[in-house]
Amino acid sequence: MPVDPSFAGRTYPPTEPYDVGLEKIREFADALGDANPAYRDREAARALGHPDVIAPPTFPFVLTFKASRRLIEDPELGIDYSRVVHGEQRFAHTRPVRAGDSLTVTVTLETVRSAGGHDMLTSRSDVATVRGEHVVTAWSTLVVRGDDA
Amino acid sequence: MSPPALEDVAVGTELPAQTFPIQRADLVRYAGASGDFNVIHWNERVARSVGLPDVIAHGMFTMALAVRVVTDWAGDPGRVVEYGVRFTRPVPVPDDEVGATVEVSGVVAALLEDGRVRVDLTATSQGQKVLGKAQAVVQL
Repeated sequence: MPVDPSFAGRTYPPTEPYDVGLEKIREFADALGDANPAYRDREAARALGHPDVIAPPTFPFVLTFKASRRLIEDPELGIDYSRVVHGEQRFAHTRPVRAGDSLTVTVTLETVRSAGGHDMLTSRSDVATVRGEHVVTAWSTLVVRGDDA
Repeated sequence: MSPPALEDVAVGTELPAQTFPIQRADLVRYAGASGDFNVIHWNERVARSVGLPDVIAHGMFTMALAVRVVTDWAGDPGRVVEYGVRFTRPVPVPDDEVGATVEVSGVVAALLEDGRVRVDLTATSQGQKVLGKAQAVVQL
């Protein structure tokens, strides 16, 4: 069943704070096989002008992926997750995520459009500190394959 | 590492290319680190049952590997201020000694305002592009 385009603009309440830890960043960098010291070593990160170890550019997806479940599981949207494919992803950083950040994510369903029998939903996830400082915005386009696809 | 000097960067400047091998164990590790436990990234039976040729890499894993070409070039990964891709083709990862390989190259495609440059990335696996419109904006 196609997603009703009138749901575009729907915003979900901010998530509970996510506390970004140094070891989580190291674990993520390890999973990427990336030895960059900015992800691991406080002194190295400080030498680059950062107050603490920073996270790789795509790390915010760890938070926004979790937060987007609010949208994916919204019964009114009625998305069949087994038909969902990740179509596009984009990040725009005000600054890198770093160890010690306490971050909330606010998810908004930005656009809903149909093409070739599929629904394409673009969600925007605004990631900010609990003090209200914007850190990064992530856009995800999910393709919900149609019944015949 | 220090970033490239802006005056040394022009449209057409090539970034050092990199090759990333991907094995099944890498997908398991990435699943754990990212929290994305979608079965198609570790279970061949389920992957085939939904019409995939094999277990496929997380698109976000491929995206993360590709930007490494930019973060290594930029010196400070915090200089990557924007990054976006389209997931155009899955990367199957066979359960063998070799796994899959993703080759990534990058070129400066535009000089923007305030010392920012746009890098266009090309990521291929088995000779076919796996990311579309892969672009990063770097603050030099």
